[in-house]
Amino acid sequence: MSLDKDTVRKVATLARIKVPDADLDNMAKELSGVLGWIEQLNEVDVTGVEPMTSVAKMKLTMRADDVTDGGDAETVTQNAPEGAHGFFVVPKVVE
Amino acid sequence: MAALTHMTIAEARAALKAKKISSAELTSAHLKAMEETRGLNAFVTETPERAKADAARADAVLAKGEGGSLEGIPLGIKDLFCTEGILTTAGSHILDGFKPPYESTVSAKLWQAGAVMLGKLNMDEFAMGSSNITSHHGPVKNPWRKKGGNAELVPGGSSGGSAAAVAARAVMGATATDTGGSIRQPAAFTGTVGIKPTYGRCSRWGIVAFASSLDQAGPIARTVLDSAIMLQAMSGYDPKDSTSANLPVPNFEAAVERGVKGLKIGIPKEYRLDGAPKEIIDLWEKGIAWLKDAGATTVEISLPHTKYALPVYYVIAPAEASSNLARYDGVRFGLRVPGKTLDEMYENTRAAGFGAEVKRRVLIGTYVLSAGYYDAYYLRAQRVRSLILRDFTEAYRQVDAILTPATPSAAFAIGEKSDDPVAMYLNDVFTVTANLAGLPGISVPGGLNADGLPLGLQVIGRAFDEETVFAVGRALEKAANFTAMPEGLR
Amino acid sequence: MSNLIKGETGEWEVVIGLEIHAQVVSNAKLFSGAATAFGAEPNTQVSFVDAGFPGMLPVINRFCVEQAIKTGLGIEGKVNETSVFDRKNYFYADLPQGYQISQYQQPIVSGGTVQLDMKDGSTRKIGVTRLHLEQDAGKSLHDQHPSQSYIDLNRSGVALMEIVSEPEMRSAEEAGAYIKKLRSILRYLGTCDGNMEEGSLRCDCNVSVRKPGAAFGTRTETKNVNSVRYVMQAIEYEARRQIEVIEGGGEIKQETRLFDPNKGTTRPMRSKEHAHDYRYFPDPDLLPLELDPKWIADLKNGLPELPDARKARYVADYKLTPYDAGVLVAEQETAQFYETVAKGRDPKLAANWVTTELFGALNRTGKAIQDSPVTARALGGLIDLISDGTISGRIAKEVFEAMVETGKEAAAIVEEKGLRQVSDTGAIEKAIDEVMAKNQDKVAEYRAGKDKLLGFFVGQTMKATGGKANPAMLNDLLKKKLAG
Repeated sequence: MSLDKDTVRKVATLARIKVPDADLDNMAKELSGVLGWIEQLNEVDVTGVEPMTSVAKMKLTMRADDVTDGGDAETVTQNAPEGAHGFFVVPKVVE
Repeated sequence: MAALTHMTIAEARAALKAKKISSAELTSAHLKAMEETRGLNAFVTETPERAKADAARADAVLAKGEGGSLEGIPLGIKDLFCTEGILTTAGSHILDGFKPPYESTVSAKLWQAGAVMLGKLNMDEFAMGSSNITSHHGPVKNPWRKKGGNAELVPGGSSGGSAAAVAARAVMGATATDTGGSIRQPAAFTGTVGIKPTYGRCSRWGIVAFASSLDQAGPIARTVLDSAIMLQAMSGYDPKDSTSANLPVPNFEAAVERGVKGLKIGIPKEYRLDGAPKEIIDLWEKGIAWLKDAGATTVEISLPHTKYALPVYYVIAPAEASSNLARYDGVRFGLRVPGKTLDEMYENTRAAGFGAEVKRRVLIGTYVLSAGYYDAYYLRAQRVRSLILRDFTEAYRQVDAILTPATPSAAFAIGEKSDDPVAMYLNDVFTVTANLAGLPGISVPGGLNADGLPLGLQVIGRAFDEETVFAVGRALEKAANFTAMPEGLR
Repeated sequence: MSNLIKGETGEWEVVIGLEIHAQVVSNAKLFSGAATAFGAEPNTQVSFVDAGFPGMLPVINRFCVEQAIKTGLGIEGKVNETSVFDRKNYFYADLPQGYQISQYQQPIVSGGTVQLDMKDGSTRKIGVTRLHLEQDAGKSLHDQHPSQSYIDLNRSGVALMEIVSEPEMRSAEEAGAYIKKLRSILRYLGTCDGNMEEGSLRCDCNVSVRKPGAAFGTRTETKNVNSVRYVMQAIEYEARRQIEVIEGGGEIKQETRLFDPNKGTTRPMRSKEHAHDYRYFPDPDLLPLELDPKWIADLKNGLPELPDARKARYVADYKLTPYDAGVLVAEQETAQFYETVAKGRDPKLAANWVTTELFGALNRTGKAIQDSPVTARALGGLIDLISDGTISGRIAKEVFEAMVETGKEAAAIVEEKGLRQVSDTGAIEKAIDEVMAKNQDKVAEYRAGKDKLLGFFVGQTMKATGGKANPAMLNDLLKKKLAG
């Protein structure tokens, strides 16, 4: 599978990583190389094989409906690059 | 005081108990070693004040004849573990200035056991790498050099800082994590012992996630016994991690000297790779002979899907990573690079904050999960993963553990293999299967190659049977009698 | 009844499917131990899990699962013994993890039915495709600053049930009835408080139009509409807009739209312009959700009587009309109130009093039935006074008003104001005699055949007794006396 520049651009937008146009070719080449190598998986006969869903052969444990966390806005927001009045702050979003 | 940094954890612990040494002395010897080995770039953050305070507290506890299993023992913590109030970067620019307001379960358990914190250890960015060259804080250097050579070598990765610091005697042991080989490969490259326990044995809570279904914490130390002592303290059920195993933790220390008499050891024929260096095959043969001498029998087994393990890994790990790393968006912590719009801010922040390898994997992961490709890549990889697990399940019907080389080569020079991602990925060819199947694996130094560089042997066990892994590892350690040290330390 | 809309090119049918996001009633969030209360200060109900901090992991709240199971059973869906949590990946300011934990291919509930009670008393069944559990996102405030949006994560991670209907509704009225009935079921079950103003129940409306019998048209999705009235408005507007576009030679774009409650219109949502690719995959931080069949069975046995069953019982046992029964069961509190009033009394009379006088009083005073100034027991007492002839129905209305004002018992007011009905033949006869004596001319006219004057005599006599005369007795006696 070889990726073209447009696909790389699309994937980079999905992943919200800015890739300068000048780097697209090289990135496409690198990713194509990795994906090409991955494609050897097509050799494997997986008929009737269930995909692995969890490594841990365990039952999901559930917690009780108790309030045990939160209540500390200051600590939650103290690492934020920008904040105001107890909120996180981002560039204005137009819905 | 040099002798203090050459003690094993077990020896130091006995000496502390017997009050022959104090944790303050032991700690200051390691702080000095840490300073002297700064050239290795093994530490991201040194915490000498914390270390001294920890040591003083430990000495007070020891004076009362009390103390946990690691009371007063100075350790290093991989920078992937969140440490309360102490910079935690996961080797990435994007976590600039991040001081977690919480402590990871595994590191908290070590502090409960009385350990002393020396600092945070360098690593490949977000644990993605096999040579520790992807860290935002610069590459870590292996304390080992080729005989007569001067080229700087990689310590392996991603836990390169952990392995280098342990090998350089700057820490007595270190925490590490292993997603595709990140404990065992650097241990093999540095002549140290590293164990990745069964998936679910150690809590993942508070460890910066790379690939959730593969990540496991474990220790790197200098002996099998030391790694057992550390893993004992690190293990256990954590209700905060839904994938943590609610099982009792066996007595690992007691298992170390159990011996291998009567054990059946599987030798997987598919691990005899075409073109594998002779020194690797030779060491493997030696390992087989050592175990036979110790009373085990060896059986050739087949793990037919081995060759697909790496490609499976390079679908699943990037897929999970692409999602796990979405939270690094410049809003709540870490780096923010401004933008006119929200999306622009995201794109600028993530472009500047992530290094090349992380970007590559996030893009691969995004691609393999995207509409139209999910079935062909992700779902197929998870199916092949089922087959890999099935291979092991079949094998464990006839054997108790599996012996393989730990890596396909010894440590290589910094800069080598860095232009071809796939060539770099092949470093994990022997280790990655244990992650995909969730099995415990240990790397134990088996000897030196012709260049005087350490090589490791790997033992893979059944799920939740770390005890056998330790016993077999110890048998190899005994037989190998690996006493070599990096040149500067001799 | 035809639901078709007339356009220039003929009649159109509107096709509606609703996705309801119902906030689960619980103390703590779906995957963290932070509180869920409404209206807290920003970011005060946020754990590091909810804020997507490094190394944080989800652990599921058992009660939220229980609530989803109960809801699934309540809408007669199939509760799946195995379901899977997936990650829905997208970037947004109020989505801290960069993904929402939801259920995609294997939801906790498949199928279900909601029965609509229409105004004309008819019913109609609407299919539910699925119900799944997911995390809510945080809240973005766009109007606090000229160039910035503010983010509050208090709601981030709160458990939601997304309930998806089949595209089986054909009018705004049906859509309104669907939401009302679903909300009623959720409230009966106690799994969602149904409070649309606070956002505990939000609705995404999928709307398309087609010529009757034609294939489905392209649909638009209008997001987060937060009242029944708005939902109906949004659908009406969207249907007409789509018809206009198509009739004008245009095409409907499949898009996400936003409802403007001030204008009653919808517009495309700018932040959703990018084509989305959510890259769903099973969340590796969680294991499949496996439910013990015994747990499901126990919950099923413990379900309360739900609105449809209660309505059927009212019709069968109380002989109420389906419409009245539907009104009385819509809210559990009303039904409970009604049953207390009706117990041991004439159920139809009780229904009348609750749906007319009581509802009227509640409307006027702006009170909920739980805070009714007249308790169910007190209203029962009033009805008893009517039934045993102590007061007439007419006087009863006066007494009721006094009860609303003073909160006193009916009997006390009757005594206090001397409103007891006069059933003493002598007293009534005396009053009749007086009226007849004063109006001898009219008596003569009556006797000459002007029957219509009976009403005049009834009124005069009733007036003379202060309205307290037993009406039946008065009628009888008056007729006898007038007959001479």
